[in-house]
Amino acid sequence: MPSLKDLKNRIGSVKSTRKITKAMQMVAAAKLRRAQEAAEAARPYAERMNAVVAGLASSVAGSEGAPRLLAGTGADKVHLLVVMTSERGLCGGFNTVIVRLARARINELLAAGKTVKILTVGKKGREQLKRDFGQYFIGHVDLSEVKRIGYDNAQGIARDILARFTANEFDVATIFYNRFQSVISQIPTAQQVIPAVFEGGAEASSLYDYEPSEEGILADLLPRSVATQIFTALLENGASEQGARMSAMDNATRNAGDMINKLTIVYNRSRQAAITTELIEIISGAEAL
Amino acid sequence: MADTMQFDLVSPERKLTSVQAREVRIPGADGDLTAMPGHAPMITTLRPGILTVISAEGSTEYAVTGGFAEITGDSVSVLAERGLPTTEMTQEVYTTMVVEAKRQHESAREEAGEEAVEAAAKLLADMVAMGTHIGLDPNQASL
Repeated sequence: MPSLKDLKNRIGSVKSTRKITKAMQMVAAAKLRRAQEAAEAARPYAERMNAVVAGLASSVAGSEGAPRLLAGTGADKVHLLVVMTSERGLCGGFNTVIVRLARARINELLAAGKTVKILTVGKKGREQLKRDFGQYFIGHVDLSEVKRIGYDNAQGIARDILARFTANEFDVATIFYNRFQSVISQIPTAQQVIPAVFEGGAEASSLYDYEPSEEGILADLLPRSVATQIFTALLENGASEQGARMSAMDNATRNAGDMINKLTIVYNRSRQAAITTELIEIISGAEAL
Repeated sequence: MADTMQFDLVSPERKLTSVQAREVRIPGADGDLTAMPGHAPMITTLRPGILTVISAEGSTEYAVTGGFAEITGDSVSVLAERGLPTTEMTQEVYTTMVVEAKRQHESAREEAGEEAVEAAAKLLADMVAMGTHIGLDPNQASL
């Protein structure tokens, strides 16, 4: 049985923890709003870019001059997995779900006899993957100094990936991130970026005149499209991280509240018990006289 | 026919402007072109340069780099990797852009083939021309 003083200290410490988690929740809420706005603002560009590239791709695909970024290297041997996670913890299952998805994919690829290379973005995922798959790491992008994710960050990552592709280091590149659904639900997503895949039927592109040629434009746009997809993924991930942190901290705050209630009951009971014991001692002492 | 068309300038990070324009002058990769309402649909890539939008309120100039323009009969959308009004274009911003272009040129000369070097040189030249037009000094950028 802990003493009264112990219980009091314990309640005090849980109370201050609650204050901290409450503050973190509010910070996350503010950051979430900003992250969502950023993701919202970036959408028109990404959508338009995707539409145009998809249109071009469908008309160029299959022809001789199709760029390698679209047609691929013709092999399916070496896979590059870009795993995007957060730089900070205390965000619930945010990183774990991405890592779980990536891990499943890695095992699947290894079982199929493929070569796997991993590029990590954000240190939390790196830590989780390091033990099992550390030997496959080929690089890491550190965004811990970045306050607000800009297109420059995405461009840097894209440039790195494209340089590796040009150097024939891999055949297929896939990015892993959390797509933001709502504060309580983020969907881990794997998206293939190289060679480019486009979902759904592309609109007829013969409508347009092209200057320079279709191939020329496509060659110019595909690398930008990779950067755009990475940028979108980073922003989605950013919003998801804040959302996950917000709900994790909300839970923590609530749990701390419950714990304080329980501890207070224990504290009051033992205080009363102590008083009762003292009274009994006094009374029985008086009766004995 | 309508005498204005929808004009959108979008960067990866946000929508920069969205107005009804009478005329848009675009620095296309193969040369400047002017789009007016009813222009034949086309898509062109951009070179670094000045984009001029003429609307009912007058004309606005934007410095844009990288991206493409999509022209349909009743709208023009420009997706630029970087775009800002020339009035907001400071020497500082311009210098970093030129330094970047120079660096690209350098690295292309070291590794890539002739074609890439040519492309990088053209990019740099366009960048310099753009600066001169706005009245900024490209020579302040040194590696």
